[in-house]
Amino acid sequence: MIRTLYFLLEKEFRQIMRNKGIVRMLIIAPVIQLILLPLAADYSVKNISIAVVDNDHSTASQRLIGKITSSGYFKLTGYTGSYNAALSMVEQEKADLALQIPAHFERDLVRENSQKLYIAINAIEGTKANLGGAYLTSIITDFNDEIRVDWHTSGSSTGPDAPQISIASSNWYNPFMNFHLYIVPAILVTLVTAMAAMQTAFNIVQEKENGTIEQINVTPIKKYVFITGKMIPFLVLGIIIFTLGLIVGWIFYGVVSTGSLWVLYLSLVDYLFAMLGLGLLLATYSGTQQQAMSLSFFFINIFNMMSGAFTAVDSMPGWAQAIVSTFPPYHFIRIMRMVVLKGSGITDILPDLGAMFAIGLVLNVWAIVNYRKTA
Amino acid sequence: MITVTNIKKTYNKGQVTALKDISFSADKGELFGLIGPDGAGKTTLFRILTTLLLPDQGEANVNNYDIQKDYQQIRNCVGYMPGRFSLYQDLTVEENLNFFATVFGTTIKENYDLIKDIYQQIEPFKDRRAGKLSGGMKQKLALSCALIHKPSVLFLDEPTTGVDVVSRKEFWAMLKKLKQEGITILVSTPYMDEANLCDRIALIQKGEILSIDKPAGIVKAFPGDLYAVRASSTHRLLQNVRNYPNTATCFAFGDALHVTFKTPGSEPTALLDHLHKKDHPDVAIEKISPTIEDCFIHLLKN
Repeated sequence: MIRTLYFLLEKEFRQIMRNKGIVRMLIIAPVIQLILLPLAADYSVKNISIAVVDNDHSTASQRLIGKITSSGYFKLTGYTGSYNAALSMVEQEKADLALQIPAHFERDLVRENSQKLYIAINAIEGTKANLGGAYLTSIITDFNDEIRVDWHTSGSSTGPDAPQISIASSNWYNPFMNFHLYIVPAILVTLVTAMAAMQTAFNIVQEKENGTIEQINVTPIKKYVFITGKMIPFLVLGIIIFTLGLIVGWIFYGVVSTGSLWVLYLSLVDYLFAMLGLGLLLATYSGTQQQAMSLSFFFINIFNMMSGAFTAVDSMPGWAQAIVSTFPPYHFIRIMRMVVLKGSGITDILPDLGAMFAIGLVLNVWAIVNYRKTA
Repeated sequence: MITVTNIKKTYNKGQVTALKDISFSADKGELFGLIGPDGAGKTTLFRILTTLLLPDQGEANVNNYDIQKDYQQIRNCVGYMPGRFSLYQDLTVEENLNFFATVFGTTIKENYDLIKDIYQQIEPFKDRRAGKLSGGMKQKLALSCALIHKPSVLFLDEPTTGVDVVSRKEFWAMLKKLKQEGITILVSTPYMDEANLCDRIALIQKGEILSIDKPAGIVKAFPGDLYAVRASSTHRLLQNVRNYPNTATCFAFGDALHVTFKTPGSEPTALLDHLHKKDHPDVAIEKISPTIEDCFIHLLKN
């Protein structure tokens, strides 16, 4: 049995290494993607263009504008006296935000102790609009506080101080809110996902298309030996790609795992067991590489968008979360973030490890049963 | 040896019948031919006997092993060469042979004698990828791979389709040698001329066996006399012979028409006169002995 497996593996590796195009794609493509993708998936928005409608031209309005532009997030692209002019800049996409400072802004602020500002946001780009609006609001709140402090210290205020609650937050596990630390491990998972499921499926379907699987089936090779012989090469490839990914993440983004590498690799093998099982299952349901391609594309798209790589799973409705919890990448992304950012050990990630193993077991058994039926 | 009893197989949930009630047997060391056109069910039968497919009904034994219960034993002792070239195209000639030797737990060296005559012809190209071989060489490699574990039964599904005439001749010469080694061979072919090279043949059509006999026996069973009719304008001749009242069958075979008459023992002179009248001055008729193809067409007609 071991001998047969050895010869099968020798054959598989020989075939994979001989296919130069595939080797190049499997090694170079993930490296390039891992270098490029984190640049695009950065949620810290900068260079928001803002048009200010200043109807006051006072020290207070100048001070507010100065505070906004010096924050680093905003770029002043328009300074007009008319609201309509600013709005047309938003329409022409010359500005993302329009801020209107009403006439007598300073005077009313001093006299009536309150004043209203008006913000118009271009919401076509949701993220930018949200974050831009939030940034601007927090700057204005800050500005408001400063003014209050000024008045208090100048002693002009009467009556007792209004109690104030100040909130100080500190970001645990990622103190500088380095977005790369969060996204690089997740992107690495999506790359391993694509390789593992797709390549196993294609490889087996190729044997179907070429008829070589028939020739194998009339030999005494046992089915599980044949399947093991198919899975091990892609397990090895998966580990190589993962390792390359860790190196790229370290060199280009300075992401270094806080937790143990052994925990990461153990989880990787568990994860690949599940994903190779999926590839195997897809192969049993497809007769041609085209079918295998469409099927795996469907799954990989869903996995990449829903497994929490880019958006939080917690914000999905309950039933969607239930579905997502059956996705192996969801668990592996969780594990990756816990180990890389928090330094979690085996006991912390045990629930996710167990879930992946259970899913893997189901997929593999399903695949083998279906393989028997069809072949 | 092979015994097949009442094998039935349908596809698409019974909508398409591939084999209906097939029975035959081949003895040890026999070269048994399955002769029939495309779609007759030959490949289905091969796939059932090589344990790749389960029949709907019936039983079959290969080397006294049941194809359903003892499929593991059968896989150890049969060689199968599918109709389509199905070795690894991206492995070289030698790597393919080596791979199939090792999965059967043997080596090229151990059984080299058996494949020597065949393999020697492709050995100069042993470092070439199998996908880059010519049609004839591919067949030789496939046969070598099917033989490398010294099987006692060999299944060859249309081994000579798409192979040049010289290679076909060589191939059949090799089969003869293998037969002498005591290997039972089941071979299928759409070429009628190859049928004569088998010990026994089964004529198969639309999933049914029409006749099983030695090639000579099948020819002998041809009823009545067969005549070859030749003339310069073949197409017009065909129409005229077919319209002749006493013609039972008339088929074009190359440049000649093969004709049988309705009343047994009729002389061809009447037809000759008829054709002279129909403006075929150069017409010639001769009595010929029927070929397997004639017999096959005759059986199909009935």
